[in-house]
Amino acid sequence: MSSRVLSMSQAINEAIAEEMRAQPELTLLGQDIGAYGGTFGVYRGLYEEFGSERVRDGPLCESSTVGFGVGLAISGIRAVVELEFIDFAPLALDQIVNQAAKIHYFYGGQLTVPLVIRAPIASRIGMGPQHSQSLESWFMHAPGLKVAIPSNAYDAKGLLKTALRDWNPVVFIENVKLYGSRCEVPEEEYLIPFGRARILREGSSATIVAISATVPEAMAAAEALDEENISVEVIDPRTLSPLDSETIATSLRKTGRLLIMHDGYRTCGVAAEISQRMIEEAFDYLDAPIVRVAGIDAPIPSSPLYRQAVPTCDALIETVRRFMR
Amino acid sequence: MIEQRRQNQPVYPSLEHLALYRQMLTIRLFEEKAIELFSQGLIPGSTHPCIGQEAIAVGACAALRPDDFALATYRGHGVAIAKGSPTCNLMAELLTRVTGCCRGRGGSMHLCDVERGLLGTNAIVAAHIPIAGGVALASKLRGRAQVTACFFGDGAACEGEFFETLNMAALWRVPLILICENNGYAISVPTSLSQSTPDIADRAAGFGIPSAIVDGNDPLAVLEAVETAAARARAGEGPTLVECKTVRWERHSAFSSGKYADPKEAFRWKAVDPIPRFAALLRERGTSEKELNLEAEAAKAEVEDAVEFALNSPLPGPETIYEGVFAGE
Repeated sequence: MSSRVLSMSQAINEAIAEEMRAQPELTLLGQDIGAYGGTFGVYRGLYEEFGSERVRDGPLCESSTVGFGVGLAISGIRAVVELEFIDFAPLALDQIVNQAAKIHYFYGGQLTVPLVIRAPIASRIGMGPQHSQSLESWFMHAPGLKVAIPSNAYDAKGLLKTALRDWNPVVFIENVKLYGSRCEVPEEEYLIPFGRARILREGSSATIVAISATVPEAMAAAEALDEENISVEVIDPRTLSPLDSETIATSLRKTGRLLIMHDGYRTCGVAAEISQRMIEEAFDYLDAPIVRVAGIDAPIPSSPLYRQAVPTCDALIETVRRFMR
Repeated sequence: MIEQRRQNQPVYPSLEHLALYRQMLTIRLFEEKAIELFSQGLIPGSTHPCIGQEAIAVGACAALRPDDFALATYRGHGVAIAKGSPTCNLMAELLTRVTGCCRGRGGSMHLCDVERGLLGTNAIVAAHIPIAGGVALASKLRGRAQVTACFFGDGAACEGEFFETLNMAALWRVPLILICENNGYAISVPTSLSQSTPDIADRAAGFGIPSAIVDGNDPLAVLEAVETAAARARAGEGPTLVECKTVRWERHSAFSSGKYADPKEAFRWKAVDPIPRFAALLRERGTSEKELNLEAEAAKAEVEDAVEFALNSPLPGPETIYEGVFAGE
């Protein structure tokens, strides 16, 4: 299989372009997605190739943009809505949680909602309290939504291609910090099924579940800890709904220790759910309490203090050392 | 005003008039039954009758083609019936039976019948307005001559999504007909306490959208206005807002208390009840009492059949609760 190195941004762009070529009705909605190429440039070139009907720049109104997307989707026209920052998703929350997520269910299966909502997170670039949040756990709390949160170009492309063929609404969460990160991506088409975690690194002393921008931090920490003869396994769930509990539980049964890392607020974050599932599924294998290495429970300041708001590689190393004692 | 309008309106065949009359009666009887069944504990949650507002659903849907779309509110039983959805499956849905149009999943506030173009009644005020905009955009993108009618109340006209959709629908010239059922109340709050201007139709002008205000208790007035709007939409001229002035029956829902600021309001609708009014017009135009009675009997029989069908249908089994959380799984 031939491959080349792509950034996550390029991989997302490629997934959408390929599916737009394959699905003649697939339509993109959002603000700044036309000639501007998307807030973070992810859509570069799409407007030129597919035109203003299918790459439909629109007004600043998150709620009705998602609402129009739902309307297209129930009519059988697959739509992708880009929310410029996940922090703006609350403006569209009713459409996402009360409409898109439930329409298939409460109308007895008569309508489907093939809608992808792309929501960038800007947690690690100092954008201040209203542009830096990681709100992924909100969408796990809504039955009927699928949630994907890739940490690299390869996964981003394969997961987005899957999302663009799914008949259910998918919230696709991308960390801006990762847009420039690069890895090998096959030339050939591939899909990554939802609900399958990826074991990024095998280890025997502890399991670290990391999501989104914390994955590179966890990998760096794992390298450093290796030199101290602490062997950690790193798992990226890749999708939160569905969540691959089994892969995490299997790892936990092997290592006996679990740390969960994410940028989202600590309270009611993704870690809380994963932790509870592990208590239910693998409690007898735990050699130590499950630890959350998560964002702090405070608004994220604009000053350089923001670096303290999200967990770093160093914080993780320190926690693991304490944890292994 | 109504007399004046009548002189200008086209004369529809009396057969069609009789069909409208029967439909209004069917809705009235359906809603009366719904209240009765609710009081017997057979309808869970609540139910929101459109008694007194039948002329809007019936007049508007008469202007639509079978393959046009309609989206409505939780007070949407009338629109569902007028769009041609079978009353037996609608009543079964109110009673949350497996034979309901949504297999008992949706209940009174969430009706849907894709085959008849009813793309859902919705329990979140105004949320279906942008969805209707998207449905209309889909017809436009596909080059189809279908229009989408979106019914909503005066309460929804205060929500942001109403204004957002006016903007987007006008901007993209989508074939959308916004039909405001202004019944004067949002639950307990009268329009005098919720609306900055007496006419919601005025809001359309700010978005370059043409609008009309009609007597919502006159099905022919509604029909005429919606026909004009549909013709515009089909010609690619974009959305229209039709404000239908009507009066709500005494309560917001069968579950709510009936309190109004002014207790005299409670029976206001009876003075302008669209059904006897329309019957009088039909008589004036030569329909015999016998013909009217035949329609009334047919409506009554249909609703009785619907109730019987619903009552004889099973409730969904507990094992089905996870069915349909996700499509295709």
